[in-house]
Amino acid sequence: MARLVIRNGRVIDPASGIDDVCDVAIDGGAIAAVECDIDPASAEEFDATGLVVAPGFIDMHVHLREPGFEHAETIESGSRAAAAGGFTSICCMPNTLPVNDNATVTRFIAETAWRVAQVNVFPIGAITNGSAGTELAAFGSMKQAGIVAVSDDGRPVMNARIMRRAMESAAALGLTVINHCEDLDLSAGGDMHEGLQSVRRGLRGIPAASEDVMVARDILLAELTGARYHVAHISSRRAIEMVAFARARGLRVTSEATPHHFALSDDEMPPYDSNYKMKPPLRSGEHVAAVMDGIVSGAIEAIATDHAPHPGSEKMQEFERCPFGIIGLETALGLALENLVHSGRITLRRMVELFTTGPARILNLDRGSLRRGATADLTIFDPELLWTYDVNRSLSRSRNSPFHGHTFRGGPVATIVGGSIVWSAD
Amino acid sequence: MHGLLGIEELDRAEIQAILDRTRHFQPLQNQGFARSHILRGRSVVNLFFETSTRTRTSFEIAAKCLGADAVSITASASSVSKGESLVDTLNTLSAMRPDAIVMRHAASGAPHFLSRYLPTPIINAGDGTHEHPTQALLDARTILDRRSSLEDLRVAIIGDIAHSRVARSNIHLLSKLGAQTVLCGPPSLLPPELARIAPGVRLTFDMREAIRNADVIMMLRVQLERQHEPPIPSSEYFRFYGLRPEHLDLAHRDVMVMHPGPINRGREISSEVADSQKSVILNQVENGVAVRMAVLERILAPAEATH
Repeated sequence: MARLVIRNGRVIDPASGIDDVCDVAIDGGAIAAVECDIDPASAEEFDATGLVVAPGFIDMHVHLREPGFEHAETIESGSRAAAAGGFTSICCMPNTLPVNDNATVTRFIAETAWRVAQVNVFPIGAITNGSAGTELAAFGSMKQAGIVAVSDDGRPVMNARIMRRAMESAAALGLTVINHCEDLDLSAGGDMHEGLQSVRRGLRGIPAASEDVMVARDILLAELTGARYHVAHISSRRAIEMVAFARARGLRVTSEATPHHFALSDDEMPPYDSNYKMKPPLRSGEHVAAVMDGIVSGAIEAIATDHAPHPGSEKMQEFERCPFGIIGLETALGLALENLVHSGRITLRRMVELFTTGPARILNLDRGSLRRGATADLTIFDPELLWTYDVNRSLSRSRNSPFHGHTFRGGPVATIVGGSIVWSAD
Repeated sequence: MHGLLGIEELDRAEIQAILDRTRHFQPLQNQGFARSHILRGRSVVNLFFETSTRTRTSFEIAAKCLGADAVSITASASSVSKGESLVDTLNTLSAMRPDAIVMRHAASGAPHFLSRYLPTPIINAGDGTHEHPTQALLDARTILDRRSSLEDLRVAIIGDIAHSRVARSNIHLLSKLGAQTVLCGPPSLLPPELARIAPGVRLTFDMREAIRNADVIMMLRVQLERQHEPPIPSSEYFRFYGLRPEHLDLAHRDVMVMHPGPINRGREISSEVADSQKSVILNQVENGVAVRMAVLERILAPAEATH
C-alpha cells in the first residue's frame, strides 16, 4: 500500500526509458510503481499536473565547508540549499579543515549528514594527505567509511608519478579519480581567463592551456593504469576534445561541466566583480560554445555545480585578493533549462540524464533511477516556472552568486528524499 | 563627471574637453601654475597604497593651486597595516566627507570595486597593471603642445606593456583621438590580445620597426616588481629594447621622446636620449599638475570648467 502518490506528472526516467504522463507510487522510502491511474487508497497525493517528475538530481561536486569553515557553509545549510535546488544527492569535496584524507573525517561527515542533512551526502576523499600532493591518502579505509571517489580538488596533484600511483590504487578499489585540472605553474597568480578581457583589465590570466596540459597528462595515465578518471568542471575547448578522444579510444574517462561555464563568458563579467571569480575561470566565447557542444555530443556526461561558498568578508576585497568560487546549488536547474533546453540545444530527457544517470554512472552510485524498488529520491520541477533568484534568501550560508536578480524560466517545485518531501516551493 | 576611473570609459569629447581646459592651467612664461580659489573649502584625500613621488606630489600641488585642502595618506602609515580591509579604510575616510579621493593601489580594479560602494568621487591615480588615466591625459597634452592634433600621429610605445597601466590608458586615449599606435616589447611582455583592445593598434617585437617614422616614442619602465620571472635576460633588454641615439634617426625628425618616469638610465633608455633635445620628459611632469587641476575642477566644480 503506497504512502505517497505523485499524480499526473510527466515522468522522465532515462534509466528505464520512461517519458510519459503517469503516476509514481512511493512506499517504505522506495519506488513502488510507475504507472497510469494508480489507486491512491489512503496514500497522500501530490498533484504534479504540468510538472516534470524525475529521479532525484545528483550534484557530484560541492563544497560543504564542514568541518572547519562553518562560517561559510555547513553540512546542514548546504544540504538545504541542495534540496531547494532540486538535488537529492550531493558529493562533497575533501578540502575541509581537517582535509577529508582519512576514515575519521569521512565518518564525521557521513554521521553529521545522517543527523542533519536534508539530502544524501556522499563524501569524496582526498588523493593525498592534506591534499599536499606528496603521499597517498588511505583510500581503502576511507572507502569503507563511505567515500565514493577521490580528488584533491582545488589543489591538483602536480606530480605525475603520485597521480599514477593514485590511479592504480583507486582502480583496484573501484573508485573514480576526479581531478581539478590546472597546471599550477602555468596558472600561477592568475585571476581570470587569459585573453582579451584579462589583458584589458590588467589582471593576470589563467590560460586554457593550464587545464589542457593536465587533462592530457591524466588521460595518458588513465590509459596506463586502467583507472576510471573524471575531469571536474571542464571548461576548455581542447580539454573537451581530448576527453572525446579518450572516450573514442574506449578509456574510462568522463567529465562534468558547471552551469556557469555554459551560461557565462568572460566578456559578460562586470569589471572586478568577485562573484564572477572562480576556477576554472569564466572563459571566452569559443570555450563556452565548446562546453555546450560537449554536452550535446556526450563528451560531458554530468552537470555539477562546484558550489563553493565564501563569506562576504572574503569576497568584499580587491579582485585579486578574493578567493575563487561561487555558490550554485539553487540556480543549476534554472540555468540548465534556460541555456540548454529552452535554447533547443538538448532535450529535457537529456538534461535529466546529465543530472541523474550521468553522475550516478561516473561514481557508480545506486541512485538516479525510478525503477521499482529504487530509493525514492525524486526531483519535481516546472520547466516553465518564472522565478527570480534572490541570493539574500538563499538557504546557503554564503551569498557569492553572479545570478542574484536573474529571472529564470523553469525551476524546482519539490524535492523528495527517501520518500519524504524535504523541500517544496511555497 | 563623477570621479575618473579610466580612459576607457571616457568618450572623445570628454577627453578633448579636459585637454583643452588644461591649457588654462599651464604655467605661462615660467610664471608658475595659475592659482585660483574655485575649490576653496573643498577637501581632497590622496590615498596612496603604493609609493609614488611625482603623481602624489602633482595631485597635492594641483589641489592646492585650486584652493582645496589636500591630505595625503600612505598605506604604511594607515590602519591597513593593522589588518583593516580596503572597504573599511575607504568607508572610514568617506565618513569624514572629503569631496574626492585620489587613490593609487597595487591591485587592478581596486578603485572600480570601491566606487560601487562609496558615494565619494574617486580619481584613479594608478591601479595595478590596469589604468593610470591622468598620466595618459598629461601625455596627450604634452604632445598637443607641439602638434596640432593626434589624428594619424604615429606613436610607438615600447617596453613592458603587459604590466603597464600607463600603456593601457595611453592606448585607449590615442585610439579615441585617432592616433596610430605601435606597441613593442619582448614577447612575454606583449600579449597578442593587446592588438584588439582598441582600434588603430598594432604590435611588433622589433624596436626598429616600431620607431620607423614615429612622431612620438613613449618608453616604459621595466616593472621588475610586477614581473614574476625575467621575460628576457636583463643583459639583453637594453640591447634589444633600450632607446639609444641611433634609433632616433629612424623616427620623424621632430620626434618626441616621452617617459612616465621614474626612468632607469641604461635599462630602457640611454642617458644621451633622456637628456637630449628630443626628450620632453620634464614637460610631461609639468603638464601633470595642469592636467590634474583640470580633472579636479571638472569633478568638483563642473560649472567653472565650462567657462
